[in-house]
Amino acid sequence: MTYYNEMYEGSRVREPYARLSQWVETMPADFRQMKQAEAEALFRRIGITFAVYGEGGDPDRLIPFDMMPRVFEQAEWRKLERGIKQRARALNAFLRDVYGRAEIVRAGRIPARLVYQNEAYEKAVVGVVPPRGVYSHIIGIDLVRTAKDQFFVLEDNCRTPSGVSYMLENREIMMRMFPGLFRGNRIEPVDQYPDLLRRTLESVAPAKCHDRPTCVILTPGHFNSAYYEHSFLANLMGVELVEGADLFVDGEFVYMRTTQGPKRVDVIYRRIDDPFLDPLCFRPDSMLGVPGLMDVYRSGGVSICSAPGAGVADDKAIYTFVPEMVRFYLGEEPLLQNVQTWALWKDDDYRYVMENLPDLVVKEVHGSGGYGMLVGPKSTREEIETFRAKIEANPGNYIAQPTLALSTCPTFVEEGLAPRHVDLRPYCLCGDRIELVPGGLTRVALREGSLVVNSSQGGGVKDTWVLSE
Amino acid sequence: MKLRIFHQTVYRYDRPVRNLVQSLRLTPSVCEGQRTHDWQIEVTGGIRGPGFRDGAGDWIEGWTVRGPTEEVVVTISGRVETRDTAGVLRGHRELIHPLAYGRDTAATRADAALKDLAGSVTDSADSLDLAHKLSAAVADAIAYAPGRTEFHTTAAEALAQGEGVCQDHAHALISVARRRDLPARYVSGYLQASAAGEAHEASHAWAEIHVERLGWVGFDPANRCCPDERYVRLGSGLDALDAAPIRGIAAGQGAETLDVAVNVEEVDRFQNQSQSQRQS
Repeated sequence: MTYYNEMYEGSRVREPYARLSQWVETMPADFRQMKQAEAEALFRRIGITFAVYGEGGDPDRLIPFDMMPRVFEQAEWRKLERGIKQRARALNAFLRDVYGRAEIVRAGRIPARLVYQNEAYEKAVVGVVPPRGVYSHIIGIDLVRTAKDQFFVLEDNCRTPSGVSYMLENREIMMRMFPGLFRGNRIEPVDQYPDLLRRTLESVAPAKCHDRPTCVILTPGHFNSAYYEHSFLANLMGVELVEGADLFVDGEFVYMRTTQGPKRVDVIYRRIDDPFLDPLCFRPDSMLGVPGLMDVYRSGGVSICSAPGAGVADDKAIYTFVPEMVRFYLGEEPLLQNVQTWALWKDDDYRYVMENLPDLVVKEVHGSGGYGMLVGPKSTREEIETFRAKIEANPGNYIAQPTLALSTCPTFVEEGLAPRHVDLRPYCLCGDRIELVPGGLTRVALREGSLVVNSSQGGGVKDTWVLSE
Repeated sequence: MKLRIFHQTVYRYDRPVRNLVQSLRLTPSVCEGQRTHDWQIEVTGGIRGPGFRDGAGDWIEGWTVRGPTEEVVVTISGRVETRDTAGVLRGHRELIHPLAYGRDTAATRADAALKDLAGSVTDSADSLDLAHKLSAAVADAIAYAPGRTEFHTTAAEALAQGEGVCQDHAHALISVARRRDLPARYVSGYLQASAAGEAHEASHAWAEIHVERLGWVGFDPANRCCPDERYVRLGSGLDALDAAPIRGIAAGQGAETLDVAVNVEEVDRFQNQSQSQRQS
């Protein structure tokens, strides 16, 4: 397999990387090591760590940061941006539809079972139309690149995509350590993200809210692996970070306890999952949620971002239908392509996948974080056979995709620069407008040859630049 | 049949509690064969919160009690006129697709015995016939025996025990119906116990199964019948918890005890017709 290296055109360095290439060539080795140590110290001082469940080891482990940025030209980015916004519009149209008249199901464009028997389909919110008809307010779309003009969507994240704090911190640290780089290149800023996020949240305040909306971030607490991000965003947006116990329902509204007495809350950016939101509607044993919250939500007293039930748009079975959603709701051709996907609950697909396991990537329908997946070409025969048994036991739980030739970006390793595989997660904001800051989170598989970029599997992060015209 | 309903639930706490929040599904459904003349919900010391009709067609009301208090009384009183519709739910405005009721919960998940029970009906003419036969099979397999099961008992446990109450019958029927690809749901409501005095509780539960052409049809395995004019329908859900008439929680350490009194009686006619009220 050959891989597209984003820095080169043949053997020539591509224009957007020209200055960076020079920068690296003239960099003394000891300077690089010093800077790498400095970056790590900065990350530690800021406190940005990412604990990963079930991995053991140091819970305050840092995600490795690579100093070599990834660069997009303005034209490349504009194209991506259009595709991402289009996809975000279609996903929200789909959610509005399946919790309403479900025209897409009636039209036979998507199987009813896939929607209604989906674990993430919440019948409790059928008929509830959230402000501006937006269900998913922050959509993280995972993209991979296989050639100069060839991008694929790997998955959509419509619930509570994490990682945006890395996008912001990576930039912050690069600017602090290499101010000269930013003088010499025209790089689009990303630090407006928290303001845009707050504006987005305020724009979906309920109709019953008459003043400037009060927004909060609802976190499960400091044991959560993304707690750092919750507090980081609350801080940058200038809103309160609350836990379930800080909120309570009284009459028709939700209030937050403050030192000045109860304060009504209009918009909740929740970072807890649906089943834990409200013990009176979902899991009765949830200690993380707010009793009565769903009744207030359903009667229009508070907005919840993302809306309960938004997860039905982003599982891997529904994923295969997103291009169809774009055509059905928007009457447009999809600008971003899906990866070809085989559904193992279909007989033909099942047969094909089982015959070709060593060449394919197999994932759990509801899995995430790079757990429970098989990367055929990178697995031993034994690993493949073990996985085969798992699939046989429950075919409905899996989908398979071809092993993509993920693009590489030059990345600092012991010996200097070496190509490593990357993906990209931009964060699309949906409120009264649809907005996207120019950039995103680039994850890089630091192990040589590895195609798995998840931080839980030895992935690192890079700053992502979009050059202005 | 003209029914007068009185339903009182008294919660007592050994230490005062604050900020008690409840979600009540305690208002008769709007459907054919069921006309509500008047209906009152009172929660002592409570503030009426949001009220709305959900996608399943149920009227939901949120209440909060600020406290501190050691006792909260939820009182329902009202009058409903009913007519037999042979168990068929008609004229009921709901938005949820029947397939959304194909999903199992912990209470309805089938074990081997429930799967066997579901498979035991082999000679059904159509889905309505199948539903009737499944209901009869559940009634045969689980004897009515109050006090032998509790709220958290699952369908599988009740079947293994061979005894249970209406909740267990409903869970078991839902489980076997879903196993046969029939969407099924739990219904909570009231039952006017027969004059002959069989001591069924007036607070009752049964199942609805979605069948071709007819839509949702009620089945009450506990009484080996379909709901008729003695039944008053309140609301539905995937299981007893999801369809619970009262879900509530209070802040505080107080241990809770509960007293429930339900009375459903037939009256010759309703007085004070002028008091009639409708809920939108």
